[in-house]
Amino acid sequence: MYMYLPIAEMSVNIWLILGLGVAVGLLSGMFGVGGGFLLTPLLMLLGVPPAVAVSTGTSQIIAASMSGVMAHWRRGNVDIKMALFLLGGGLGGSWFGVWLFSFLRSIGQIDLIIALTYVIFLGTLGALMLMESVRTIARESRIKGSSRTRLHQHNWLHGLPFKTRFRRSKLYISALLPLSIGMVVGILTAIMGIGGGFIMVPAMIYLLGMPTSLVVGTSLLQIAFVTANVTFLQAYTSQTVDVVLGVILIVGGVVGAQFGSRVGAMLQGVQLRGLLATLVLIVGGKLAFDLVIQPSELFSLVIMGRP
Amino acid sequence: MPRYLLPFSFLGILLLGLGYAPRNTYAQDGLIADMSDHLIAITTGFTGADVLLFGAVDEDSSIVVTIRGPEQNILVRRKSRVAGIWINNKEVAFNRVPSFYALATTAPLENLVPDSLRERHQLGLDTLALTPENQASPETSVFRDALIHLQQQRGRYLTSSAKITFLGNRLFRVNLHFSANLPTGQYLIEVFQIKDGEVKNAQTTPLIVSQVGTSAEIQRFAYRHSAFYGLIAVAMAVIAGVLGALVFRRI
Repeated sequence: MYMYLPIAEMSVNIWLILGLGVAVGLLSGMFGVGGGFLLTPLLMLLGVPPAVAVSTGTSQIIAASMSGVMAHWRRGNVDIKMALFLLGGGLGGSWFGVWLFSFLRSIGQIDLIIALTYVIFLGTLGALMLMESVRTIARESRIKGSSRTRLHQHNWLHGLPFKTRFRRSKLYISALLPLSIGMVVGILTAIMGIGGGFIMVPAMIYLLGMPTSLVVGTSLLQIAFVTANVTFLQAYTSQTVDVVLGVILIVGGVVGAQFGSRVGAMLQGVQLRGLLATLVLIVGGKLAFDLVIQPSELFSLVIMGRP
Repeated sequence: MPRYLLPFSFLGILLLGLGYAPRNTYAQDGLIADMSDHLIAITTGFTGADVLLFGAVDEDSSIVVTIRGPEQNILVRRKSRVAGIWINNKEVAFNRVPSFYALATTAPLENLVPDSLRERHQLGLDTLALTPENQASPETSVFRDALIHLQQQRGRYLTSSAKITFLGNRLFRVNLHFSANLPTGQYLIEVFQIKDGEVKNAQTTPLIVSQVGTSAEIQRFAYRHSAFYGLIAVAMAVIAGVLGALVFRRI
């Protein structure tokens, strides 16, 4: 069954788009990532113009993360105070990111910057997470039922000023930490057209030392608000949000997110992190491969508009 | 004749003269052509369209039809390896490039018209007038070939021409197929009557491709009331997410 998209100006197979939405929603519910880092490239692969893919992708992430937040909220897995600090940084970061995006485009090579950012972030994070979860699994299998370990490692980050107590996460850390994590993610949201969960989740686990169970719900709350801001800005300034495409993706995404959060609840934190790390490495590896290997098509077209 | 009518009679003669002046460089008498539709309406369920082009000629001859989509400015980029990474490092801009090009003929084009004539009327992809913005570079022909090749891959320039069939040497018809990813705007359909390697008659007909119905209204709304449209898009996503969570709690 085919449907014509009014803003993308193309005809697509509804079931294909619906399936894409379900798959991305599943990841969103399981890992607390928005799934934008998979959705946006896949939409472009289907022939959706990049600008429309980026903007409409963010509207799908709103719904998926909103649905995910509700599911985690019921289980008490959201640290609201932490989410507010992250959001404060995120909104500031996304304004700066929008400016940075237009600056990079004016000097050319925005595509290269996007690809390189993906490779660097996905590669580093994926490797770190995989190493950590493999080590943890190995340790757990060696010493069964060991005594209670420390909640998290202490390092120089805990010496920063403006210390704030986050009761829900059992943390007493500098407010600068969640603010700056939120800001970095906000910048990346604007540049890469993603929710930023795949960067925020590891940052919250390893830099803040938050309990894994709280990380997913809390990051989803921040993602929902930042992507809502970006979607509105894109629709207002560049008219690139396709609501028809968005609705199809959203319906799939909402269904997928619900099943995803159930599957996620059944898995242990370590397994969850290991799986996410593998996924992140696969996507990063594919992008790195594309940068280094000679592409089959050296030329590309950019439609500049009507004369 | 009353005096005050005199200027009007001059005007009348002038208008008559304009009316009789040939609109084309060729006479129209020998060729009549029309289409089953002059509008391709892109509705929500649009998956492509077929338009029947038909006509008649006054003597045994061949027919060539070109279909050109609305013009666009297109940038062609080429990647090359810099420090081990493939990046875009050369680009050529082409102005006023047809967004769509297709051909229909009674026989292979090379057998019908000499190259000089093909150049003049832009018959065939190799004769398309694609002029780069800066003509100085000797490499631009590579970019021109790449542009045509990529447009063919996207299904915008059709490689094989449709076959025009004759009925009793006078009537001709051809079914023009348009696929789903069709650029919107005004298309120009040119019909050439060819006899002994020369164009005897030519006729130009417009074809409008435009969005209608719900999809057209959504697009209009998105452009005219952008802020409101953005708010609706966000609200819809939020409601869908909340509804999804509520529905699934019951199950």
